[in-house]
Amino acid sequence: MSYLDRQGRGGLWSWITSTDHKRIGVLYLCVMTLLFWAGVSLGVVMRLKHLVAGDFFVSAQTYNALFTVHGVIMIFMFVIPGLPAVFGNFFMPILIGARDVAFPRLNLLSWYCFVTGAGLALLSLFAGHGAPDTGWTFYVPFSIRTGTNVSLAVFAAFVLGMSSILTGLNFITTIHRLRAPGMTWHRMPLFVWAIYSTAWIQVLVTPIIGITLVLVILERFFNVGIFDPSKGGDPLLYQHMFWIYSHPAVYIMIVPAMGAVTEIIPTFARKSIFGYKAIAYSSIAIAAFGSVVWAHHMFTSGISDTAGFVFSLLTFIVAVPSAIKVFNWTATLYKGSIEMAPAMLFALTFVFLFAVGGLTGIIQGALGINVHLHDTYWIVGHFHYVMFGGTGFAFFAALLYWFPKMFGRMYDPKPAYAAWLLMFTGFNLLYFTFLVMGAQGMPRRYYAHLPQFHTGHLIATGGSWLLVAGLMVLFGNLIVALRKGRKAEANPWGGITLEWRIPSPPPTENFAEIPVITTGPYVFNPTRPG
Amino acid sequence: MMGQEQGHIIPYRTLLTVWAALLALTGLLVIASRLSLGAAVWTMLTLTPVKAGLVFYFFMHLKYERPLLKLMVFVALSTLVTFIGMLFLDISFRP
Amino acid sequence: MSAAPHKDYQGAKIGMWLFLFTELMLFGGLFVLYAGSRALHPEEFHNASRELNMFLGVANTAILLTSSLFAAAAVTAIQRGSKKLALWLVGLTIACGAAFLANKAVEWSQKFHHGIYPNGPALAHSPPGEAVFFGLYFIMTGLHGLHILAGTILFGVMFVLLARGRIRADDHVLLENSGLYWHLVDVIWIFLLPLFYLAA
Repeated sequence: MSYLDRQGRGGLWSWITSTDHKRIGVLYLCVMTLLFWAGVSLGVVMRLKHLVAGDFFVSAQTYNALFTVHGVIMIFMFVIPGLPAVFGNFFMPILIGARDVAFPRLNLLSWYCFVTGAGLALLSLFAGHGAPDTGWTFYVPFSIRTGTNVSLAVFAAFVLGMSSILTGLNFITTIHRLRAPGMTWHRMPLFVWAIYSTAWIQVLVTPIIGITLVLVILERFFNVGIFDPSKGGDPLLYQHMFWIYSHPAVYIMIVPAMGAVTEIIPTFARKSIFGYKAIAYSSIAIAAFGSVVWAHHMFTSGISDTAGFVFSLLTFIVAVPSAIKVFNWTATLYKGSIEMAPAMLFALTFVFLFAVGGLTGIIQGALGINVHLHDTYWIVGHFHYVMFGGTGFAFFAALLYWFPKMFGRMYDPKPAYAAWLLMFTGFNLLYFTFLVMGAQGMPRRYYAHLPQFHTGHLIATGGSWLLVAGLMVLFGNLIVALRKGRKAEANPWGGITLEWRIPSPPPTENFAEIPVITTGPYVFNPTRPG
Repeated sequence: MMGQEQGHIIPYRTLLTVWAALLALTGLLVIASRLSLGAAVWTMLTLTPVKAGLVFYFFMHLKYERPLLKLMVFVALSTLVTFIGMLFLDISFRP
Repeated sequence: MSAAPHKDYQGAKIGMWLFLFTELMLFGGLFVLYAGSRALHPEEFHNASRELNMFLGVANTAILLTSSLFAAAAVTAIQRGSKKLALWLVGLTIACGAAFLANKAVEWSQKFHHGIYPNGPALAHSPPGEAVFFGLYFIMTGLHGLHILAGTILFGVMFVLLARGRIRADDHVLLENSGLYWHLVDVIWIFLLPLFYLAA
């Protein structure tokens, strides 16, 4: 009996009251897919507006709301929770040989928080005083003075933060307590190391955005004045508190993505990962160093030169553990037997796009250059390379990799390749153009644009259509496969971590018997049939 | 795994001693705050963490816990201290 | 291994400590804000602190420290099988929580009476930094008070569970974890005392 089979009275109720980590992972996937497409639609509308330099299609006020809600949805509802909530939930317990997480009911509560937060955020689009227009960063003083639904939106983010915290807490405890006999720390798959490092960031820094958002609400209602210079407050303190969370948050976004890619590459190179310990500990290093670079978002805000110097230096340093991973993935491919399955193609694309994003990050981490690039389309290009080209593509890679296991169906690879081509082309037309435009001076979050940027906008918007078309093919293909795909075997890709030893889809209890682990996770037997 | 380490019991005497120490330290803090700003700040920076440490170590049983848990607490506290410390790279050096 | 892991004492403790870390960081964000704000207005913070009732602040400290004694002793009591003593100690913890809240109510109403509250008349005429001091005072002690309230209610639940025998000598991690929560809220207050009441 698989976890998908009818349980009890069946139906939606049995799903939304289930504490089975696999069902919860699927629940996250379903809700997140809807939210992702909502976020994509907002992006498409923004791009349409820029087909014309001046007033067109939407008002300036609406445009402000568009980029705000696009950011809120994509960041808080897709990129941050994405890999941990879907694949961490579904696969981490299986990868360590457990039957579920440490606190299954808390896991369900995390999902309820997620759905509630998402609902509140969507409500803020329509209710009362209009969708928030501050940007997803909610900087004071505007976030305190604007009449739009800021309180509702930040409260939504607060509730979403609770979901993240509880998930992180659950995962840390699970990894410490529920590993199968013989699974030492150095025998854990690297996706688990990634989830573990991420969970610590989730637990330690999310509360800080929580309290920061509460303060915004308090300021809106009571005008306490803690960020108001006329009362002695300092708006820069808001920025500090905001970025103390929001910078490490990007590592919540990227580390699990790196973890997923680290699972995929060995499987399709039929070779053990190069440098297991380097990858494991670099995840920890990224979490640690990533927590002390936040003020690189504030170089032009008025922080001291000393702070600028230190944070810039640390920003360069934090790139090193990421680079170590890139070297190790590449070295894994060397002399491997490479099969370019769709999941592998997306995973390797991740490495490329993430590298571009990471390198642009180094460039803008230099103080002098930052003055020129801050708040331009360069920044927008940078973070889309890392968050979308990075986490997004890794999410799709993970989905393509683990789909047969999760749903017991194979998908047609040809549309997946077509989707990739559309997406890769569209992505780079869109976001590389942004890098160029930004370096030329196009400011972000601007409704109108000057004539010299018009060609760039046209190219970017065309790219966005290709990208969206590719996404439609990708998702459409998988949805068709859910119904019509041929049944998947236990191990369609020849993987050797624990999830490939159990049926597709897995039984509710995961394992008939908890395995005893005697080797590391990536020992490939060259004679084993794929 | 059940029941094995629910074992360690902190004696009432230990708890009472810690409680008395906490009250005494609080008294010291109050006195120092009346003396001078320097004394107040200095005692606050030293005695307050000591008080917190006593609560962590004894009331919260941390002294008798496994090294793993102690490490976790250390990581959490260090994170907070680091944030405050690095904030001062900005605040203290503004022109 | 059985299908449902029977009870994982260490796991429950780790989970609770992790939750406490989130509380630490929640208040920690406010401590970051306090530190930054104070560094920008050292004089005003110093002066504004004189307005606070140090006596009530210290009294509340004594109450909380004593309540922590009771909460910790309650665990010792149930570990030794002294159910009745444990019930008394839990009850005393609850009483201390209530006393703390009563004190806080008195303190706050005194402030309101004198016009000291965000956008209140007293603060309108004082130097800017003082408004921030009192803003932080109300926010931080307010958030802390909410946590005391939650903890008091939590111990109320523990009282019932103890009485019903759900919390016993051989299974008392719920009481221990509630104690951990309570002690952390006490630690927060240990820091709040000098930051607000002894800064003068």
